[in-house]
Amino acid sequence: MKERKRSPLLRLGLLAPLLLAVMTASLCLGSAGLTLQELWNCLQDPASPAYRILFYARLPRMLGGLLAGASLAVSGALLQNVLNNSLAGPNIIGVNAGAGLGALLVMAISPMAFRLMPAAAFAGALLAALFIYAVAAFTGASRTTLVLAGVAISSVINAASACIKTFFPELAIAYTSFSIGSLANVSLDQVGWAALYALPALLLALVLSHDMNILALGEETAASLGLHVNRYRFILIVLSAVLAGAAVSFGGLIGFVGLLVPHIARMLFGGDNRLVVPASALLGAAALLLCDLLGRLLFAPFELHVGIVLSVVGGIYFIFLILKRKGGRLS
Amino acid sequence: MIELRHLQTGFEGRVLSKNIDLRLEKGKMLTLIGPNGCGKTTLLRTLSGALPPLGGEVLLEGRPLHSYRRKELARKAAYLPQVREVPEITAEALVSHGRFPHLGFSRKMTARDRAAVEEAIALTGIEPLRHKNLKALSGGERQRVYLAMSIAQETDLVLLDEPGTYLDIGSRFEVMAIAKKLCDRGSAVILTLHDLSDALSFSDRLCLMDRSGRICADGSPDAVYASGLLDEVFGVAAEAVTLQDGRQQYVFLPRTSDMY
Repeated sequence: MKERKRSPLLRLGLLAPLLLAVMTASLCLGSAGLTLQELWNCLQDPASPAYRILFYARLPRMLGGLLAGASLAVSGALLQNVLNNSLAGPNIIGVNAGAGLGALLVMAISPMAFRLMPAAAFAGALLAALFIYAVAAFTGASRTTLVLAGVAISSVINAASACIKTFFPELAIAYTSFSIGSLANVSLDQVGWAALYALPALLLALVLSHDMNILALGEETAASLGLHVNRYRFILIVLSAVLAGAAVSFGGLIGFVGLLVPHIARMLFGGDNRLVVPASALLGAAALLLCDLLGRLLFAPFELHVGIVLSVVGGIYFIFLILKRKGGRLS
Repeated sequence: MIELRHLQTGFEGRVLSKNIDLRLEKGKMLTLIGPNGCGKTTLLRTLSGALPPLGGEVLLEGRPLHSYRRKELARKAAYLPQVREVPEITAEALVSHGRFPHLGFSRKMTARDRAAVEEAIALTGIEPLRHKNLKALSGGERQRVYLAMSIAQETDLVLLDEPGTYLDIGSRFEVMAIAKKLCDRGSAVILTLHDLSDALSFSDRLCLMDRSGRICADGSPDAVYASGLLDEVFGVAAEAVTLQDGRQQYVFLPRTSDMY
């Protein structure tokens, strides 16, 4: 019996070496490849070109991928729990679009104020998430209706973003990679500021993961067990918006991680959110770094934005999920 | 244990039942019956604290229900709604959730919590299902697991909304037997039932609600049957049949021949 209890934790532990391997590959591989030995050597020699590549390009990119992947995946897991809808994901229901609008406004008004980007992205994400939550709470809308409401709000927000791009044509190039989602020009400063918001939110999501299990029993059952349902839902939505906002503030509108990674986590670890939340964080980080690496290597020396790779991989995986469960429901 | 004084229930401004006066002590079972839409579920939800009373009051151990903090109330009263989510967790994990109101900030289960879970698993006979995923269980098995969760909550009052709906007859009997065991352990049990035969066969006390949400009969199954109000409220002809072993069973037939 003990073995049964330990095995999920053991499997969770197995994700750590996987992530470590992807992190190392992300530092070593690219247009200028480094062996592990060279990686170690360049750390000793700050004057070497490899050191500069590592610290100004690869390290920020790797840390950015870690943070954005973990944040978006956990954001998706939280939204799916709160809305009790496995089709919810920050990019599906408009949370990413809201975050993008906030970030774009900062880019347009004061391009140098990138420190404000996470806060602006968070504000945009929160507004979108609260709108969807209000639709869910006041209309008792079905799961499909909620997703449709998300698509509708995404469309309105994307139109607003397109307006800003029209009024500020100089943003066109930056907006293109922003709307696709890219880690190409991420700086340590940007990642550091986003981490200030995202890391405490990730920690809090882990702390609340037990109570997310109670919420998953449904509103009435959870309330009868003594959970303050509305208070918890609000906290989880704010956390989800903080996480999506932090990721979007430097990575742009990276899709699919928030929708699909929690699915994979549930497939591997079952429905216990105490495992799903940390597994989503680890798998999300690994998935984003891996897709970024693929984008760098597939057509080198040309580079594909991570958003493009994710759209292809994520889209195919999503269709696979639908085919696998034909006639059934996504859990 | 629980006392309802001139209670008026409903939601969204719509009054469903008025002037309900009831009292139930620990170790007793009360079954609410009535036609669809008469307000049975709404009454149960009001007693669970999920809906505020529209008038009158509910006293739980002499204290108004609304004066209880949410977790404090969850340690006193368990409510099992008719419609529930089916998360992808094991039966044992679900039963453990019944201990949620008793857990501290760390959410760690103590030996006492684990003992309560084991006791609930034993009482409901779900030991073989312990490690099975809820989604893989039949309706009857799932209902027993949810009942085990409510039992693990260790409350003096248990509210069950239609615990037998959608279950086959064997599973319904099992569920009713578990409700009886809960009473024997000292809990007060209030349940709603759709099946009149089950209600008359298994209950200690029946409350019949009419279409206006009023309690028109309150007493033993025999007394409620003898009042003739079952026929009137449901528009059927109820008949008591004495079995060879002397037990009384009830059958319900359409009242008019044109119903065939």
